Amino acid sequence: MTADVVAIDDALAQYDPVMGLEVHVELNTKSKMFCGCPTEFGAPPNTQTCPVCLGLPGALPVVNRRGVESAIKIGLALNCEIAEWCRFARKNYFYPDMPKNFQTSQYDEPIAFNGWTEVVVDGETYRIEIERAHMEEDTGKSTHVGGATGRIQGASHSLVDYNRAGIPLIEIVTKTIEVPPAKAAAVARAFVSQLRDLLLALDVSDVRMDQGSLRCDANVSLKPSGATALGTRTETKNVNSFRSVERAITYEITRQAAVLNAGGKILQETRHWHEDTGITTSGREKSDADDYRYFPEPDLVPVAPSREWVEELRATLPEAPSLRRVRLQTDWGFTDLEMRDVINSGALESIVLTIDLGVAAAAAKKWWLGELARFANESGTDLDALPVGPAEVAEVQKLVDAGTLNDKLARQVFEGLLAGEGTPAEVIEKRGLALVSDDGPLLEAIDRAIAANPGVVEKVNSGKPAAAGALIGAVMKDMRGQADAAKVRELLNAKLGI
Amino acid sequence: MSDLTRKTAVELSELMVSKQASSVEVTQAHLDRIGAVDGSVKAFLHVDTEGALAQAAAVDAKRAAGEKLGPLAGVPLALKDVLTQEGVPTTAGSKILEGWKPPYDSTVVKRLKAAGIVILGKTNMDEFAMGSSTENSAYGTTHNPWDLARIPGGSGGGSSAAISAYEAPLAIGTDTGGSIRQPGAFTGTVGVKPTYGGTSRYGLIALASSLDTPGPCARTTLDAALLHEVIAGWDPLDSTSINQDVPPVVAAARNGDVSGLRIGVVKELGGEGYQPGVEARFHEAVELLTKLGAEVVEVSCPHFQYALPAYYLILPSEASSNLAKFDAMRYGLRVGDDGTNSAEKVTSLSREAGFGDEVKRRIILGTHALSSGYYDAYYGQAQKVRTLIAQDFTKAYEQVDVLVSPATPTTAFAIGDRIDDPIAMYKNDLCTIPSNLAGNAAASFPCGLADEDGLPVGFHVMAPVMRDDLLYTVGAALESALAEQWGGVLMTKAPELEVTR
Amino acid sequence: MPSITREEVAHLARLARIELSDAELDHLAPQLDQIITLVGQVSQVAADDIPPTSHALPLTNVMREDENVPCLTPEQALSGAPAAEAQRFRVPRILEED
Repeated sequence: MTADVVAIDDALAQYDPVMGLEVHVELNTKSKMFCGCPTEFGAPPNTQTCPVCLGLPGALPVVNRRGVESAIKIGLALNCEIAEWCRFARKNYFYPDMPKNFQTSQYDEPIAFNGWTEVVVDGETYRIEIERAHMEEDTGKSTHVGGATGRIQGASHSLVDYNRAGIPLIEIVTKTIEVPPAKAAAVARAFVSQLRDLLLALDVSDVRMDQGSLRCDANVSLKPSGATALGTRTETKNVNSFRSVERAITYEITRQAAVLNAGGKILQETRHWHEDTGITTSGREKSDADDYRYFPEPDLVPVAPSREWVEELRATLPEAPSLRRVRLQTDWGFTDLEMRDVINSGALESIVLTIDLGVAAAAAKKWWLGELARFANESGTDLDALPVGPAEVAEVQKLVDAGTLNDKLARQVFEGLLAGEGTPAEVIEKRGLALVSDDGPLLEAIDRAIAANPGVVEKVNSGKPAAAGALIGAVMKDMRGQADAAKVRELLNAKLGI
Repeated sequence: MSDLTRKTAVELSELMVSKQASSVEVTQAHLDRIGAVDGSVKAFLHVDTEGALAQAAAVDAKRAAGEKLGPLAGVPLALKDVLTQEGVPTTAGSKILEGWKPPYDSTVVKRLKAAGIVILGKTNMDEFAMGSSTENSAYGTTHNPWDLARIPGGSGGGSSAAISAYEAPLAIGTDTGGSIRQPGAFTGTVGVKPTYGGTSRYGLIALASSLDTPGPCARTTLDAALLHEVIAGWDPLDSTSINQDVPPVVAAARNGDVSGLRIGVVKELGGEGYQPGVEARFHEAVELLTKLGAEVVEVSCPHFQYALPAYYLILPSEASSNLAKFDAMRYGLRVGDDGTNSAEKVTSLSREAGFGDEVKRRIILGTHALSSGYYDAYYGQAQKVRTLIAQDFTKAYEQVDVLVSPATPTTAFAIGDRIDDPIAMYKNDLCTIPSNLAGNAAASFPCGLADEDGLPVGFHVMAPVMRDDLLYTVGAALESALAEQWGGVLMTKAPELEVTR
Repeated sequence: MPSITREEVAHLARLARIELSDAELDHLAPQLDQIITLVGQVSQVAADDIPPTSHALPLTNVMREDENVPCLTPEQALSGAPAAEAQRFRVPRILEED
């Protein structure tokens, strides 16, 4: 048997990857897409259901106005045309987590289509064309019982919770993304990451990838370098973090290259991404899934957004990401290089929120890039999934500004926060990290330092005040770093009469 | 007191308002009648004795307390088993839903309850309303009270038979291709299909979503109009419901003046395939309306001949999707869950065991019509034909106020006659289907007995969207003119049923 | 030539999740053939330039406000379930046994 994968550089030397992304976004509406049930995450099973979202005989859907509004806003923010008239359609297939055994979706009449957006990777701008954005509903959630590790394979039965069934989804589909081969995976990641920022700014979704409110499917195919004919594509599902977007695409490129190099054929199939092992595996063959028998949903009437409504919504849109980046860079006084680092780190929105909480731009950048992004990268998690957010960063920086912490101690606080030791106050308490601000212990330490370093005191007294620095160092060492150096200097100078 | 079950809803209401009878007495009389004759008619799938008497007692208490009540408060009604009623078994005539008790009320039921109408029980029907005879019910055939060897029509044969057998003065049906009007015609009663969207489908177990319409069944035009008024009107739970005032149906039924009304006889709905006795009664009724001052002309609707094929593509397509929810996962029959079979296998075994032949035929037909490669030729083309049929109506209504035809080509046929000939069965609905495709209002009113077999004939009236009042104008005019000839409504000619307690 | 073959009927039955017996296939296939011949008459209508009608009435933009309404209780939701466990609907294994 040949190798499962080839090195990515070897793969890209021979093949050009062609990608397409499908992103599902759960909206943050109060109620479901077609009924009034709440959409809260993590509620006890089957407590957020009604005849409509359980698919009980006789029940009928009614469209959530805010769901449509959010779809239009997303479409506009992605520079799409908004349909003057469109319908819902039924996508028919059987699956136990789908109450009606059809998904109410849109087919050939999406509400938004023909859009584009731009992403920046390593200072280069890439344009991504948007095919469509359409409205649909989520399915229920199955728990698999009786098999190993809760997987569907080998389970004896499954348990279904329909709380999630009917939560509004917007599916955003890109056109084929063709960028320099070496940038492909990074551009895909940047697109999803920027889409997250956009959705947050639009306030249409919580965009919690860890809770599945943003889910990504990646279509990947390879063609020999320079060729025009497209290869057979696979659709990788379950890519549920920014990092895994890049990893999964890279993996598929290396896997497909290995298959092709060995003279094999790529099967057009669904593959599943495994976050833990970093590979994709072949999904179940769906023999009849190709024939979804779409037809216009007779229980819902067409949606015909008036141009006035569309313009009203357009007026509420936040500024375009590219313009916003320029404005933020100016406001913050960052160099081009600094701004590029910020964008590449994926921490832009977190930094904005932190600054909004009163933190200086440089400090916000320092913590997010220096501590948090570095930690996320090293531990293989998304920034979003960290237990530290803008609120915590602002809290720590306020303590630094107040002289309660210095940078070194602040780093230790972040360490504690990332280790899940509680709130900043709790970490400081548990680790005993606060600076000593009481003069008593400081004066005692100063006395000890003076007594232990008569030579230094002599130098100072002989007109070399700079020598006092050594005494400050000694005091700080004595205090095990938990003192404000400026305060120590002030007290020491008073003591030495300089 | 004379037999309460022979009274109309209006008469019963008057008796209750004047305190000559209580709703409990009226309800009990009908429950007794059901006990006496339903063994041979088999109109009911479930009789809710306790629930009905409790509802009746509640109305009596309100009346005693001087509360203002609606005109049908305390009057009993038979409900087609396709509409959900909380806690009461609802099967849609199918094995797959045997024993299911819905946790919610349909909008129609909510409105009946709010009006103080007493629901006696659930009536038999063709499985999922697929059929024209009730022979497709999983729970046995309903018998026509006019001749127990014959079918009562379908799919709502149970509802029409119940009022025809004096088991209830009122009933609710649903009409997808004629399921209220054809049984009305076959049992000598009034059956009205309101404008699509004029009555709510919320809680109606869907057959074909774009065609299904709940409506009233009664022995008189005025009773039907009063019931129509109770159940009609905008419902925010049904997106296809019309947000407009209910047409003045009761006033029309009280007035019944057709002088100057322009009536169009549809040329295409008659002739070959129509029973002579049916055509004779139909034409007499048209003459009668002319005498009453209506202007009658012949109108051509050339695309009506394609209504049947278009209907038998659109309906099965929608039905195949609507019925997918019956998968043995959340409710209903589950077969073959032995611990080794997969969910897919259990679904397939349960649907095999739970659905009857006609349901399987239509699901497979609909699956075919929607599948890739066939969609344009079948479903897509049928939708275009639907447009042409609606255009035929629009053009006709430029010339006339209402259109008329026989309700059915024949009178009620013998049980078993057409059960294994689906196409012969489908042809029952030739006259009624076009109105479902166009969404306009239509009704069948009794217009006499056919000479060949002495069985009732229905007079079919079609009116524009949201002009349901015109149906009642024609129905009331015809009813009073015929009553003068017969000395009462047609139902008084029905044979007495043997009481088999 | 029939308008639909026995094999096609069998395929459609699988797609529609109905486990038809051989005897039923023998019975249903010819009936469906007749019915499809009947409904195929729609193709005789010249309708190329005719827009299709999916809804009986030309309503648009029927929407509800984004507000919550009371849900069913879990007991009500599960009241019709053929099997339930841990307040969830218990369903057979989703994948076939290997």
